[in-house]
Amino acid sequence: MTEHAEGQQHPLGIYFWIWGLLFVLSTFSYLVDYLQLQGYLRWGLILLFMFLKAGFIIAIFMHMAWERLALVYAILLPPTLLLVLIGLMAIEGNYTFLTRGIFFDEPPAPIGHVQNNESQAH
Amino acid sequence: MQQGASTATMETITEKSGHAGVIADWSDDKQTFPVPWGKAMMWIFLLSDTFIFSVFLTSYMTVRMSTTVQWPNTEEVFALTIAGHHIPLILIAIMTFILITSSGTMAMAVNFGYRRNRNVTAALMIVTALLGASFVGMQAFEWTKLIVEEGIRPWGNPLGASQFGSSFFMITGFHGMHVSIGVIYLSVVAFKVWRGDYESRGYEIVEITGLYWHFVDLVWVFIFAFFYLW
Repeated sequence: MTEHAEGQQHPLGIYFWIWGLLFVLSTFSYLVDYLQLQGYLRWGLILLFMFLKAGFIIAIFMHMAWERLALVYAILLPPTLLLVLIGLMAIEGNYTFLTRGIFFDEPPAPIGHVQNNESQAH
Repeated sequence: MQQGASTATMETITEKSGHAGVIADWSDDKQTFPVPWGKAMMWIFLLSDTFIFSVFLTSYMTVRMSTTVQWPNTEEVFALTIAGHHIPLILIAIMTFILITSSGTMAMAVNFGYRRNRNVTAALMIVTALLGASFVGMQAFEWTKLIVEEGIRPWGNPLGASQFGSSFFMITGFHGMHVSIGVIYLSVVAFKVWRGDYESRGYEIVEITGLYWHFVDLVWVFIFAFFYLW
């Protein structure tokens, strides 16, 4: 663990590799949109490329891969609490959507259905 | 004297690694994180910032799930016509590549800082700052186009769900503010590196500045995925 004594020093090559990988992954996520992929394939690929990019940035560029585990846990474990918030808000969002469907004049638009005149209706 | 004490700490912590090391780091009578204090504090600040951006993105998810009005089609809203070709989402793609490139130059700057190559470090940091400034410039162009040409406002827009504008201006505005502050931060530290302020203190400051900059790039990865592509 000599790198800790003099700060984080690693060969330049690894940065070029990750740099290139991030370019490739960003191109892939742009292609998901460009090729008009839809549904679970689209969402799955978006999430896959997003997590890969985030992982490489944190692990290599931010040097998390070479930090001691105590620091890694202190930084990376607290955000997992956000999954609870996301879960709760997803339930809340669904509930609001259904309530609006019942009490608003018009029935809720099916996903993917375009209703251009609805913004003026409310 | 303090330098000697911290070196002694370094030696004791390296004896244990993995999960035994986690226990040892937290329970031994010593500093928990064997990193410069500025770096530990930057990580903790970034952790708090993670929560801020996550709350923004979660609220965006909630309003998008709950609206009964069609969500505007982002690939058309952010399309540009370049040389007669209509390309969807192209400006956002260019902004993404610029931010990744700036992250690369920043990682280089950190590396050259620890090699004590002042001039190259400062130059790479200035390149990073310029790329960041061009990102903010493109964002200003994007905001102008959306406000003036598309008529998008935080309280409504002619394309669909009115929550689109409030989410967009809130999330990208807060991110753009982070980029702008990062450009200033980078410029100040680059000047001090070039002047030689860190010759005796060491170049951890470049790594700390880099952590902030990579975090800005990291947040953009999530905004790009959830706001622009979803």
